[in-house]
Amino acid sequence: MKVGLFIPCYVNAVYPEVGVASYKLFDYLGIEINYPLNQTCCGQPMANAGFEQKAIPMIKHFDELFESYEYVVAPSASCVAFVKPRTNGKIYEVCEFLHDILKVNKLPGKFPHKVSVHNSCHGVRELHLSSPSELNIPRYSKIKNLLTLIEGVEVFEPEKADECCGFGGMFSIEEPSVSVCMGQDKLANHIATGAEYVTGADSSCLMHLQGVARREKQPIEFIHVVQILAAGL
Amino acid sequence: MNLQQTQWHNATLWMVRKKRDNLAMQIPEWEELRRLASQIKMHTLSHLDRYLVQFTDNAEANGAIVHWAKDADEHNAIVLDILNRHKARKLVKSKSMLTEECHLNPFLEANGIEVVESDLGERILQLMHAAPSHIVMPAIHLKRQEVGKLFEDKLHTEKDNSDPTYLTRAARQHLRNEFLTADASMTGANFAVADTGEIVVCTNEGNADMGTSFAPLHIVSVGIEKMAPNHSALGVFTRLLARSATGQPSTTYTSHYRKPRQGCEMHIVLVDNGRSKTLGNEAHQQALKCIRCGACMNTCPVYRRKGGYAYSYFIPGPIGINLGMLKSPKKYANNVSACSLCYSCNQVCPVQVDLADQIYSWRQQLDSIGKANKIKKIISTGLTCLFTRPRLYNNILKLAPVINHIPRFLIYNRLNGWGKGREMPPFAKESFTQMWKKGKVKK
Repeated sequence: MKVGLFIPCYVNAVYPEVGVASYKLFDYLGIEINYPLNQTCCGQPMANAGFEQKAIPMIKHFDELFESYEYVVAPSASCVAFVKPRTNGKIYEVCEFLHDILKVNKLPGKFPHKVSVHNSCHGVRELHLSSPSELNIPRYSKIKNLLTLIEGVEVFEPEKADECCGFGGMFSIEEPSVSVCMGQDKLANHIATGAEYVTGADSSCLMHLQGVARREKQPIEFIHVVQILAAGL
Repeated sequence: MNLQQTQWHNATLWMVRKKRDNLAMQIPEWEELRRLASQIKMHTLSHLDRYLVQFTDNAEANGAIVHWAKDADEHNAIVLDILNRHKARKLVKSKSMLTEECHLNPFLEANGIEVVESDLGERILQLMHAAPSHIVMPAIHLKRQEVGKLFEDKLHTEKDNSDPTYLTRAARQHLRNEFLTADASMTGANFAVADTGEIVVCTNEGNADMGTSFAPLHIVSVGIEKMAPNHSALGVFTRLLARSATGQPSTTYTSHYRKPRQGCEMHIVLVDNGRSKTLGNEAHQQALKCIRCGACMNTCPVYRRKGGYAYSYFIPGPIGINLGMLKSPKKYANNVSACSLCYSCNQVCPVQVDLADQIYSWRQQLDSIGKANKIKKIISTGLTCLFTRPRLYNNILKLAPVINHIPRFLIYNRLNGWGKGREMPPFAKESFTQMWKKGKVKK
């Protein structure tokens, strides 16, 4: 199995440790994974802002770059949800891949902390990482399933478990008041669980919530799910 | 809205969303019902010509008089003409978003007709000279204290008494008199059943029935997209409507109007007003499936915090953003930003309108009509320039950490929308790409 690693632009620049954790997981699981250089952005920020035309060259570049790979994985549900229907569909969010394709049922790590799971909109409603609260379907959560493999993790979910955190790409700067308000509400719900960490499959949401938390000087920490899953590696 | 209003508006609407969830989860076949409802709507819309004719034939055979209005002006003129021919001076109405769409009330008032809204929320707003902020709960943005003050002034209720039962009783007394003295009644329609020619109106207050039971003239204003082929189809919609709208198994009253009362007249005005144009718009025709339950508003995190008046089209929330763009993209383009693309609306919609996808699609059209947000356009152009040049991007990645050391006042200013309420994330000392190149990722 030949797997290509896609590290979204902002993860590359701001959260490289999320990329490192992703790599470690695959390496530990014995999967040949490579990081093709010259990758940039999936194009979603421009497309959601109304400039999908500007994103098309990026999608094309993406397709060419990963052409020889059987699968592509990325530690960001939102980017994956954007790329998936616009390419041949072989891209997976890391947790999704571990859960559905590799069916991982054992990991060596310990993470003796209380974590609140952030169910990001695109992860839930586009990639189906968990059952959306709106639908009458059996309840499941791939992220929670994976977290149970790690010793010591206590998993919580906030009230309004999959309400939007208000990031929304350029929505956050075009509608800053309502975006900040959504972020504050979401953060308060996470904090109310008593968790020490907020975790999720989208660093973009975590970045937004972290921005709110730092401004409000809230001590809660933020960590991508893959970092918890790679805790013992 | 101020912060306090935002908080209780948000909490109130979320409570309605939760009531909806509770009921939806009790119906094992809920998702199948939604699929079925969507399919019936698409079937009906794609055979609309046939169903409209069938409906008209049956309604006329039942003794109703059917009119066709191509737009709002024609609709208003038809209604006024009917009223004038009956020498009706006072019209009592039940809730109808279509008559809001057509601006019927100001038109009739300018022509000497007294118009009385009989839905409590609508009546409150009429007394305030204000518009609905929600399509199902039109006065949801008001607190009872505000209603108490209004009633003190308009209905002479006790000073500072905002007890809901007291106020409702006062409104009931007041409306009772209006029902008894009206010359004509008007209702909207939730559904029009083609194979029986009947009109179905869903209310909780029974006000539609009060209106139609007293006055000798009943005028129905109905959008052409409201057709349901038959009672089996209707049953699918009525199972979904109230559960989605307010979290009730059904509305208190589901009234079926099939023919005029003895000695009375029933007129049905079928209104197009842009609907057939929407039907021809393949990318957005799904919006016509909407049964106006308001569930997309109740779940929308943006609507809940901004309130209905933050939107420039008279219907707010996800469906309002879409209907506004269908009405006039240039006029209502400013609503398209009021969406974080969370897709919750798609999932609550009882007829599976792909609301968020349509908002995404409208955004793609803004630049071509000169309505793109300038800052977003600059950022998008800049990012494209960067991301289509991997070498430049890698150099920028190396330089990015410098930004961490820029003095705070240069970064947190009014040009930085992010800085409003949020700290910027610091750039990592080394990007992932740099780490990879230096062999720090692979052991």
